[in-house]
Amino acid sequence: MKPSAFRYERPTDLQAALALLATGGDARILAGGQSLVPMMNYRLAQPACLIDINRVSDLDYIREDGDVIAIGALARHGAIKSSDLIKAHLPIVAEAYDWIAHAAVRNRGTLCGNLCHADAASEMPAIMQILEAELVLAKVGTTRTVAATEFFVGTYETAIAEDEMLTEVRIRKPAAGTGWGFEEVAMRRGDYAWCTVVATLEISDGNIVAPRIAIAGVNDCAARLGTVEGALTGKKPDASLFADVAATAAEAATPTENAAYKRDLIRALLPRVLNDAVERAG
Amino acid sequence: MTKVSFQLTVNGRVREASVPPRMLLSDFIRHELAMPGTHVGCEHGVCGSCNVMLDGKAVRSCLMFAIQAEGSEITTVEGLATGDDLHPIQQAFWEEHGLQCGFCTPGMLATAQELLAENSDPTDDEIREAISGNLCRCTGYEFVISAIRSASVKLRAAQAETTLQPV
Repeated sequence: MKPSAFRYERPTDLQAALALLATGGDARILAGGQSLVPMMNYRLAQPACLIDINRVSDLDYIREDGDVIAIGALARHGAIKSSDLIKAHLPIVAEAYDWIAHAAVRNRGTLCGNLCHADAASEMPAIMQILEAELVLAKVGTTRTVAATEFFVGTYETAIAEDEMLTEVRIRKPAAGTGWGFEEVAMRRGDYAWCTVVATLEISDGNIVAPRIAIAGVNDCAARLGTVEGALTGKKPDASLFADVAATAAEAATPTENAAYKRDLIRALLPRVLNDAVERAG
Repeated sequence: MTKVSFQLTVNGRVREASVPPRMLLSDFIRHELAMPGTHVGCEHGVCGSCNVMLDGKAVRSCLMFAIQAEGSEITTVEGLATGDDLHPIQQAFWEEHGLQCGFCTPGMLATAQELLAENSDPTDDEIREAISGNLCRCTGYEFVISAIRSASVKLRAAQAETTLQPV
């Protein structure tokens, strides 16, 4: 199992990286490499050119930008997991990392790389969608911002163009009192999710406000559950309501495999996630 | 095939490399440096056998290209012992039967090294969590956990001894 040959480029600034990407010729960005290199080892990916951004140190940051947390393309999972800024403002991200890969992989892998890989069983694409993150896509001479909810198109498919690079994830700090929940079933922690359910919500006058719910590991890509969100908005938290919306969500799911079991997981996990989110809201 | 030339430090020794960019770090260590202590199991990042320390962090050497380690410091299992004296973590694996066939051991040792550097007194759950990315098909993990627990005691004792030495 050896990767096929490629041209190796190692720019030290973003503009040089984008210029290399613009020259085309089947080039790929190499950041942590924890998804791309396995695919290359299997020769599922055979890029003609790798643009290694590991020495573009300007991209290695997790910072506060007003009411936004900005995470650069070289921020490693491990750094994000242990960041005080993330723990304070985005606890769901810090906690979810216990379920994402293992320490040695988190030491190298990056959030931006993980999002671009867009594995259907990956947790962060779901979490970025409920946090309504904005993804900054840069190419030579211009940048555009795409909502996480618009970014994921299908299994391993995103809205990114061949000459674009995801340079930053921007996450607005959730409103004070936002509750969150995360539940997953996997063979073992760190493995691919069989089913992940995530949610954030607020409680106002005893009613659910702004519920955001997403699942991963079931359909062809992580997705928000708009119907469920609509059914919960303005309602009082209630066990039978949660069971009802979980049943609706399970029915609406389009599992790519093990459909009956995946639907059972949604029915089991969604109420737990909602209960946790309600408990944490305040 | 075009080769790239660079330097890196492996187990404290500066090494010159001239390899094709596609060469994995694991293959570089084993085949170019002739250091077979780093084991290659799955070659897609699942088994953890090829874990080495790169600038103080445990990494999968099968998920990096050798050229990416230019200028870095790598410690492989060959760099743990001092002469005939095993590293305390190795000694603990020996005493607690933390290995059977030994295939996963180099990766386990790198993982244990990183865990104990960050957390000198881990609970059994924290040890389990840390080694969850290292597959062992012999031991059932219990002896590995005992070994890491024992290593943490040894390292803390050694640390206390150093700290208490008169100045």
